[in-house]
Amino acid sequence: MSAVVSEKKLKVVGTSPDRPEGVPKVTGQAQYGADWTLPGMLWGKILRSPHAHARIRKIDTSKALKLPGVKAVVTGADFPEQKFEYVGAARVALNFWHITRNVMAKEKALFEGHPVAAVAAASPLIAAEALKLIEVDYEVLPHVIDVEEAMKDNAPLLFEDMIPRGYTPEATKPSNISKRVDFKIGDVDAAFAQADEVIEAHFKTAPVHQGYLETHACLVRTDADGQAECWSSSQGHFAVRNLTAKITGTKVADLRCHAAEIGGGFGGKTVVYVEPVALMLSKKSGHPVKIQMNREEVFKATGPTSGASMTIKIGVMRDGKIVAAEGIFKYQAGAFPGSPVMNGCMCSFAPYDIANVRTTGYDVVCNRPKTVAYRAPGSPISAFAAESALDMAAKKIGMDPIDFRLKNIAKPGTPTVFGTKLAFNGFAETLQALKAHPAYANPPKGKNQGRGVAAGYWFNGGGESSATVSVNEDGTAVVCTGSPDIGGSRATTAQMAAETLGIEYERVRPIIADTNSVGFTQTTGGSRVTFATGMTVINACNKVIEEMCKRAAKIWKIEPENVVWEDGSARPAGKRAGEFPPLSFREIASKRTATGGPITAAASINAEGQAPGFTAQFADVEVDPETGLVKILRYVAAQDVGRAIHPKYCEGQIHGGVVQGIGWALNEEYIYDKNGRMENAGFLDYRMPVASDLPMIEAVIVEVPNPNHPYGVKGVAEANIVPPMAAIANAVQNATGKRINELPLSPPRVLAALDS
Amino acid sequence: MAKQHVMTTINDNAVEFLCDMHQTMLDVLRDELHMMGTKEGCGTGDCGACTINVNGRMACSCLMLGAEAQGKTITTVEGIAQSDKLHTLQRKFIEHAALQCGICTPGMLVAAKTLLDKNKNPTEEEVRYWLAGNLCRCTGYNAIVTAVLDAAKEMRGA
Repeated sequence: MSAVVSEKKLKVVGTSPDRPEGVPKVTGQAQYGADWTLPGMLWGKILRSPHAHARIRKIDTSKALKLPGVKAVVTGADFPEQKFEYVGAARVALNFWHITRNVMAKEKALFEGHPVAAVAAASPLIAAEALKLIEVDYEVLPHVIDVEEAMKDNAPLLFEDMIPRGYTPEATKPSNISKRVDFKIGDVDAAFAQADEVIEAHFKTAPVHQGYLETHACLVRTDADGQAECWSSSQGHFAVRNLTAKITGTKVADLRCHAAEIGGGFGGKTVVYVEPVALMLSKKSGHPVKIQMNREEVFKATGPTSGASMTIKIGVMRDGKIVAAEGIFKYQAGAFPGSPVMNGCMCSFAPYDIANVRTTGYDVVCNRPKTVAYRAPGSPISAFAAESALDMAAKKIGMDPIDFRLKNIAKPGTPTVFGTKLAFNGFAETLQALKAHPAYANPPKGKNQGRGVAAGYWFNGGGESSATVSVNEDGTAVVCTGSPDIGGSRATTAQMAAETLGIEYERVRPIIADTNSVGFTQTTGGSRVTFATGMTVINACNKVIEEMCKRAAKIWKIEPENVVWEDGSARPAGKRAGEFPPLSFREIASKRTATGGPITAAASINAEGQAPGFTAQFADVEVDPETGLVKILRYVAAQDVGRAIHPKYCEGQIHGGVVQGIGWALNEEYIYDKNGRMENAGFLDYRMPVASDLPMIEAVIVEVPNPNHPYGVKGVAEANIVPPMAAIANAVQNATGKRINELPLSPPRVLAALDS
Repeated sequence: MAKQHVMTTINDNAVEFLCDMHQTMLDVLRDELHMMGTKEGCGTGDCGACTINVNGRMACSCLMLGAEAQGKTITTVEGIAQSDKLHTLQRKFIEHAALQCGICTPGMLVAAKTLLDKNKNPTEEEVRYWLAGNLCRCTGYNAIVTAVLDAAKEMRGA
């Protein structure tokens, strides 16, 4: 039986109130990473490698240090050595030997833009001058950019001693392949042999950047006794604290991190770049240090997601049943191991009930910036390949693409290639909702127009979160969490608190507390905050309610077990039912001093029971045969969110994810010259979608509640970016008859396909 | 090099400042005048986060020198609300969820206000093209366009 609160009883959940931090954001008062200053503050700047691959023979900083106004210089030698080991779950394993080198190069520069030194000076201009005075003696090495090239036996090696993991028998020769992963269910070869039709195709995607408008920025101050304080824009100030403490050799408790307002993250602000550098510069100089990246630095030295090379094979029967599927996924990790290829292997066929599946992934280093999470990391890449191939299969047997997917859709109990069985409903409901959209019956009929369908899967996350709820004497409550708000979580946590406590939304003030003021909380990512942080807020509110009932019992001089909480008031119950009029939240709050003192509750959780996200979308496009430009005429996206706590923000997440996907599909890519230098490190040449490129995106919210969350939350932020690349490629195929298996579908590529 | 003395009007206030000749108006606003509402997204005039209104026209403050402010009339995001009363556009942005992270919002609001100062009844297409120089990575622009159209409607008294 579901433990989810019935929709009929909800007052605040399911409404769309204004965001609590809305006014500071529209008046310019909200403080983002670069908006913090301190008296005596210095400006930090980072010197970056101009070479894609070079050995660092020597760095001479003496001239820079002599420049008036320069207060400190650091290089890789200033950062403590870290042990070479992979720690944590395989999907997200960390290796601090790598992480510290990504922050500041030691032996080698591994990509253009790799930090090699940093200065702190009295003004940005002096800092920039000082960088020019640092002499780095490089031995330029051959480099490799493309994933297939990097996998070749004779490729230049980024790490001369890196033996690929995941091979049986064990690999013995060094390679740029960091790791091989594979998953399998059933007898794939036998199933292919029996299939009526077999589709096989090769696909490529380009690396794309998260494209947050706010560049990385932080302010760090240190005390002579080793204590430090950091204000930075990140998706997780606890992650900033733990990573920075480890990289700089600071005690975790001595580093207090504050969550600045964050100007977009999308996965890209889950790691650290500037914070450890600012801390080291602050330590050396004795001054607070601010570092703010410029846009070129963001493109060249922070994580895009992987580009990939992939092969998909699908075996299908004439009745539409998919009997076998295989995927080979080669993902660029960038300069250090850790692409999201494992996610790609796990998600690619996860929406479907296919008895025989094999997926193999390769995590490959190359001379590019280290990849970082980007919205449903890994899944959109493999879905571009898998969902394009599914479209080819549906065409081959002459089935409607939604009906084809519905025939094969995973249901509770369906085994996945990664071993577990699907435990949740919602996939079929989402496809049906898309099919029921009024526009689905009317595909575009104009010249050069076409429609494409695709679906997408994402795990969604649970994990560690903490909250503290404090009741004030006027009947208001402050809810402190450790989750930076990147998509409206202050509003949704306040809604869930208001709903649970039975008070108005406006009486709840949500705050993101610093790392020393609330319990540990994992990063805002994995669509986990409304689910996991929401759950811990609800638990803390329930503790508050328990305490409020005790206070009412005390006031009434009755036994606490004879008090219940209903509609925001304590009521006498059981044998005491009706003896006293109810006491409201506000009344009990006002009597706190006389009834036992402050009413505060903390709760922490390692949340489990998260449900995967599923989305199905269609795109209608028109292709200009003269220019190759693909115009999006209509875009409809249905997504199962569990329950929409704040429907308007759920729609906003869907709109945003889809439009990022449209950019990924049509324009965005990293372009390198023959020396491995990025040629389009700015928004003029790295073309993200603008308002005039787009129609109104139509979001269809599907609500199949998650039975493991009191309000049914599944998560909404990520799954929406999974289908657009395939949906648009499928639409272009329908519009032109040409299938393009390489992203982006930019005008030159589309034109070349039309001319072929 | 000696600093430049500049007298200008920002958000209806007479403002005097000294700046280096190389400093952009964005640098001056943020680092000299401590008006942090105007944001830097790119520094190359491609994203619109630093949009300000100069003598009635939109400008990327990252492409304007501080010295150029001499004698001009400038409005930044901090000057859109009237004391404690939000401008209709600001209210509509909150109401329609036209912001998520909010980093593009200051530039977006200044751009939208400049549009509505000139065109009280823009079409959706006009709004989309007017705001094409202001990047937003969170919203897909749906809610922004809706908020601007709704604000225009309310301001017309329609």
